[in-house]
This record gives sequence, structure tokens and C-alpha cells, in this order.
Amino acid sequence: MEEIVDLSRFQFAMTAMYHFLFVPLTLGLAWILVIMESLYVMTSKEIYKDMTKFWGKLFAINFAIGVATGLTMEFQFGTNWSYYSHYVGDVFGAPLAIEGMMAFFLESTFVGLFFFGWDRLSKLQHLMATFFVAFGSSMSALWILVANAWMQNPVGAEFNYETMRMEMTSFAELVLNPVAQVKFVHTVASGYVAGAMFVLAISSYYLLKGRDLAFAKRSFAIAAAFGTAGILCTIILGDESGYEIGDVQKVKLAAIESEWETHPAPASFTLIGIPNQEEQTTDYAVKIPYALGLIATRSLDKEVKGLKQLMDEHEVRIRNGMLAYGLLNQLKAGEQTPENIAAFEEVKQDLGYGLLLKVYAPNVVDATEEQIQLAVDDSIPSVAPLFWSFRLMVGSGVAMLFIFVFAFYQSAKNKIGSNKLFLKICLYSLPLPWIAIEAGWFIAEFGRQPWAIAEVLPTHIGVSSVSVEQLLFSIVSIVVFYTVLLAVEMFLMFRFARLGPSSLKTGRYHFEQLENKQG
Amino acid sequence: MFDYEVLKVIWWVLICVLLIGFVVTDGFDMGVGALLPVIGKTDDDRRIMINSIAPHWEGNQVWLVLAAGAIFAAWPAVYATAFSGFYVAMMLTLFALFFRPVGFDYRSKIADPRWRKSWDWGIFAGSTVPPLIIGVAFGNLLQGVPFQLDEFLRSTYEGSFFELLNPFGLLVGIFTVLLFVLQGSTWLQMKTEGEVRERARKVSLILAPIVVAIFAIAGIWIAKGIDGYVLTSVIDTNGPSNPLLKTAELQTGAWLVNYDKYPLSIIAPAIGLLFPLFAWVASKKNCSALAFTSTSIAIVGVLMTCAFSMFPFIMPSSLNPNASFTVWDAVSSEMTLNIMTFTAVIFIPLILLYTSWAYFKMFGRIGKVFMDKYKHSAY
Repeated sequence: MEEIVDLSRFQFAMTAMYHFLFVPLTLGLAWILVIMESLYVMTSKEIYKDMTKFWGKLFAINFAIGVATGLTMEFQFGTNWSYYSHYVGDVFGAPLAIEGMMAFFLESTFVGLFFFGWDRLSKLQHLMATFFVAFGSSMSALWILVANAWMQNPVGAEFNYETMRMEMTSFAELVLNPVAQVKFVHTVASGYVAGAMFVLAISSYYLLKGRDLAFAKRSFAIAAAFGTAGILCTIILGDESGYEIGDVQKVKLAAIESEWETHPAPASFTLIGIPNQEEQTTDYAVKIPYALGLIATRSLDKEVKGLKQLMDEHEVRIRNGMLAYGLLNQLKAGEQTPENIAAFEEVKQDLGYGLLLKVYAPNVVDATEEQIQLAVDDSIPSVAPLFWSFRLMVGSGVAMLFIFVFAFYQSAKNKIGSNKLFLKICLYSLPLPWIAIEAGWFIAEFGRQPWAIAEVLPTHIGVSSVSVEQLLFSIVSIVVFYTVLLAVEMFLMFRFARLGPSSLKTGRYHFEQLENKQG
Repeated sequence: MFDYEVLKVIWWVLICVLLIGFVVTDGFDMGVGALLPVIGKTDDDRRIMINSIAPHWEGNQVWLVLAAGAIFAAWPAVYATAFSGFYVAMMLTLFALFFRPVGFDYRSKIADPRWRKSWDWGIFAGSTVPPLIIGVAFGNLLQGVPFQLDEFLRSTYEGSFFELLNPFGLLVGIFTVLLFVLQGSTWLQMKTEGEVRERARKVSLILAPIVVAIFAIAGIWIAKGIDGYVLTSVIDTNGPSNPLLKTAELQTGAWLVNYDKYPLSIIAPAIGLLFPLFAWVASKKNCSALAFTSTSIAIVGVLMTCAFSMFPFIMPSSLNPNASFTVWDAVSSEMTLNIMTFTAVIFIPLILLYTSWAYFKMFGRIGKVFMDKYKHSAY
């Protein structure tokens, strides 16, 4: 059983992180294409059309694999998390279906017109198609993040004992979930940063090589402006503010800060240190006074709860959860008296905490004190990986802030390309957004453990009744497929990025002109 | 807005609509992919074929994505049990589907013949394996699926991948592949010119009678050899959705009961039998648009035959018929269905509108002239 949970988690983490290598670039590059094409429509300069087409070519290489790996995500809830799908499908499925109807259809229909409609559509119609691709992909992210935010902070739903699952009680609450709001801005803006860094880095490469300068400078300037806006949104409207809502979000906040004790407000920020899970302390901590309180609560007088206090609260809720589980058993057995129903309604918000005991005491109600303590220890994630991922993410973000602001300054002063060293920095900073984004998702998802749905459904309950052999089959196959796909994608990406706008075969760019001269 | 009971029926209809959308549209682009090695003798031929679907396959695939998403949202128990029960089959479908987006997009980026040949086989696999497995899955739904529900409604599947490949399952699987290929061939008749079109016409002429024959055989098999399921207790159609609150049992000929009860429903199998023949006549007379319309309508008939035969069952359990999923007790809550109905009423017409516009804008046949003009920008 434990093996099945671990393998399922591994497969999900692997495929989700892989999928999200491609999503941010789609999100960001699509809007950069809209900007470039708008400039083309406004100025009628062919170079902007070439820019749209060339960056569109790279967009296509990335988009194809993003679509392919997105299918895995959709299949996987059913194949590997079937009890999860039953238990929360009523709430979690809706935003996914709505995403298909509102966003993914729009994006996918118009992406075909974007690539093949240049001679079939008027200039404005084509720009509209490009716009719908960008708009559709960001809308798509919105609905997916509404679904994900519900896993972090499950509002607008409650357990129904008659159907043995969570059911929606308010769609408005689900959509207006504050965690969804901050998550959307933070995630989508970080995608814009990835798109901007991609264009900035590759343009810097052309500038370093001294070719297609007009093309590269214009691309560089657009990326610099868009990236500066993107990184400012990502950092300032970062999603720390979403961390004070809901119990699991609080746990996550305390964990990324390795804050074991509750300190009087305003809490200090642990810049660096070594989290020690066993002793429940942070060794060698270097602290900045007031900073955490400011970041997390945007105030000087609210306190940030520490992990130990949160665990004490969890113990109370686990004991309550045992009661809820016992009452649920009675209801299931047909003893649906008004008293039983009322008593169950009273404690059912803690049913999920009771389910945490299932690994230790299958009947839950007869758990020993020792087993309860084990469940309490399980009720927070491992602190160290979160602590370090957060610092990796923030570090990358701050580095990108400097890069984009300087690039923007250069663009404004008309000095693009004047500093070779900076061009090199831009080129080699290409992986930064991906490092930050993957670290960010790791924090969001690993930080939610032991829950699949915060406070409602422990991860280990959500798995399918599949065998270890089946899981090994799928994991090994996916690893093989994904490795080959990544190799092919990188090969094409490098090839076309190196070739640059010459790949458009317009005869106007570097390699073709070189040929003409030699010929 | 609506009664819970009405909502349940609406979502049965909507999921049928989404599946029809998938088979009609993805049907022709998977059909085209499957025909690559048959009709596409040269690289030029194959590029013509692929470019006939180039602007559309991406949008078409969303019908599949949306159908799966809608099943998750409207019939969560069905999504959970079918996807995990058919684990290996679903994974194989998924892996096959990987090849399509990357295959279409990457194939023509490099001129090397080995590169292109490899992707052609990838696209072929991505276009034949999914209909085969989806067909096999439907063939098994009609026979009942060996799954069990415990008191927490956790489902366990007790069969194996190879048990899915029983004679009837395989027959429906092969039928589905041929139906997709037929749809692809009439599409190619309509969208291409020259030799590709002529070869596609031949394929349609050969396949149309075979599809009708297999459809008829499957129908007779269901009438004579496969037991259907019937409800044996009253279901509160407005009540909470819990599959364990009813009883059901296996009965010979049960899949024909609805045709007695609602005689109009006989139209569906009639369409499934007749329209491929119309497509044959239209192909014979070189009316390619009519041929494509006929095969598209045939698909509606075929899918609705399956749906009408099983209603209200969605996924019967052969291990414990009482645990079978039906449109009444494997569905989402009233609120969820209401909200999704509201969204669907607004967005599905919009989708149809802009999809039609996209097809209208890309109207016209693809042939050598087109490929010469767009050598560098086409697939």
C-alpha cells in the first residue's frame, strides 16, 4: 500500500514538473507574440511580422510538447488518483471542464489560424487569432489554478455522507478563493517572465554573434519591457499573502521559514539556517527582525504561528476526526437518526484529520495515543526541502529582477548590446525562470503534504486500487517517452534558435545573405 | 434552474454530444493519420494529407480533452473507475496520443527522410491506437466491467488488460478504427486533389460496406449473444447520487429493451446502417462533400445506438450489477451540474461558432500547388 502511494506520488510529481517546463513559456511567449504583431499592425513594418513568425516557430516547438504532456495530467487523476477523483470530482472536476469550454478550445482553435492563417486572414483578424491564443492560455491557467487553489484551501464545499464525497456548496467561493487570486497572478506573471527571459537570452545570443542586429535589438527591447513588468508582478504580488489563509497554508508558511515556535508579532525572518525536524529547531539561524511579519501578514501586529503550535491544534482536530469517523460509520450502517446526523455535522470538518490515522489504525476510532502522536507528526511536511526551495526561488527571482531592470534601462537609453558581459549574463540566465518556477511548484505541492486536499483528504487515501507492476510499467514508459521527447525538443529548439530568423526563408537574414554573397 | 433529474439527462446528452464531436472531428484527423502509409506514397503526398488537417487537428483534439474533463466533472465515479480500471489501456492511449502534437509539428521541420519516416510511423500509431482502445473500452462497457465498490465507494477493478481483448471488445475496437479511417477518407476526398484524392475515394468505396457489415454483426451479437443489464429496484431519480442504493441484474436481450420502450430511438441504428452506404454512393459519384457529411452523420447514429442501448446504464458492473453506474446515481451534485449546464449553454454554441469560422477561413483543397507555395511554412 505504502509503495503504491509513493510510486503514484512520484509519477505525479515527475509528470507535473515536466509539464510545467513548457507551460510558462507558452503563457509568456504568446503575449510577446501579441505585442510583436500589434507593432506590425500599427507600423506595417515587415520586420515585426518576421519577429512574430520566427518567435512563433519556437513557440510551436514548445507548444506541441506542452499539449502532449498536458494530456497526461488530465488522464492521471483518473488512472492514479481514482479515489481522489471520486471524493472531490464534484468540486475539482468542474473548473477543469470549464477550462476546456472557456479557454483550451479557444486557444487550440486559434493556434491553428495563427500558424496557417497568415494569407487567409486580414491583418487585424490574424492579430485577433494571436490574441485569442494568448488570452486562452492565460484563462486556461486561471481555471487550472482555481482547481489547484481549492486543493490548498478547500472553500465552498462540504462532505455529504449520503454520497460519500465532497460536494460543492458555493461556486462563487470556489472561484473567488483568495488563494486562487494570488496564485493566478503569481503563476501567470512568472510564466510571462519565462517568456521574456527566453526572448531576452536568445536575442542576446544574436547580439553577441553580431548578426541580425535590428531583429535582435527590437526583440531584446520588447522582452526587457515585458519581463520587467512580469517580474515586478511576480515579486510584489507574490503569493506569500495567500499563506495566511487556511490551516495548511499557515503550515506551509511556517515550514518555509522553519519557524517552529510562535513568536510575538512582528515575527523575524530567518534568512538562512539549518532546519532540524527531529529537534524541532533551526540551527545556526540568521534572522532579520520584523521581516516575516511584514511579508506574511502585511502588518506589524499580527503574529505568525509556529509549527509546534499548529501541531498542537492538529492533535485536537485529529481527536475530533476520530469522533467524526465513528459517527460516519454509524450513518453508513443505517443509523441515520437526527441525533447522529446533527452530531456528525458538528464534527465533520475534522473528518479529514481522522483519516490521517488510517495508515496506523485502519479503523481510526480505536487509535492508540501513540498512533495519534504519529499522525500529529505527519501533519506537517518535511521542513528542510521547503526551506531551501523557497530560498532558491526567491534568489532566482531577485537575480532576474536586476537583469530585467538593467535590460530595460539599456533599452530606454538606446544602449542595447553595448555591454558584452551583460549580454552573456542574459544568455546564461536562461534557466533562471525555470529554476524558480519548479521550486515554486515544489513548495506549493510538497508543502501541502500530508494532504491531497488540505484538511479534507490525506494524499495516501486518494490513490487508485492499482498494482505496483502497473505503476512501474507506467513510470518506466513515461520516463522513456519523456526523455526522448525532451531530447528531440531541445535539439529542435537549439537548431532553430541558432539559425535565427534565417529559418523563415525570406532571404533577408544573416545566413541567407551570407549564402547570397558567397554565391 | 432545472430539476436534478432533468440535469442528469442533460449531462447524458451533453457527454454524448462531446463524444460525437470527438469522433466526427478527431475521427477524420486520426483517419488521415492512419491512412498515411496507405495513401501517402511519397513525401509530397503525405505532406498534402497532413496539411489538410494542419490548421484544425489541435482544436479537434480538444473535443477529446473536453469529453474526458466533462466526464470527470459530471460523472466523477465513472471517470475514476474507468480510468483506473482500464489502467494499462489508458496508458497506451496516452502514449499513442503523445505522438500526434509533436509528430505533426516536428515532422516537416527537418528534411531528412529518416526523420520524417519515423514521425510518420509515430503519427500512424497516434492515430490508430486511440480509436482501437476506445472502441475496445466501449465493447467492454456493453458487456459489463468487472469492478466492485466498497462501502466508502472506493472502486476496485478485478480484471486484467488482456481480458479487455475479448472477441466482442476486439470487434468493436476494429470497427472503431475502420469508422475513423472511413471518416478520414471522405475528409481527404473533400480537402485534397489529384492522386491523394483518388486514392482516398478508393478507400471510402472499400470501407463503407465493411463498416456497415461489422455494425450489423455487432448489432446481432448484442441481440443474441450478449446479456444486458436492467434495474430491478426503483431509483429515486431526484435523490442523492450513490450507486449502492439500487439493485440491478443481468438479462438476455436487455440492451434492446429501450427500442421497444421508445420506438423512435430505432432511428439511431438505422442511420448507422444507412449513412455509410450513402457515403459509398456519394463517393462513387464524386460528391466528396456529401460523402463527408454522410460519414459524419453515420458517426452520430453509431454513437447514439450505443447510448440508447445502454441507457440509463453508463458502466455496468459484471461482478456486482447493483454497483453499476447509471445516469441517475454516478453523477455530480445538483449544484455542480447546474453550474456546468449554465457554462455549456453559453460556451458550446460559441465554440461551434468560432470553430466553423476557422474552417470557413481555411476552406479549399490542398494539392501540389499549395505545397509549392507554402514549402517552408506548412507542416
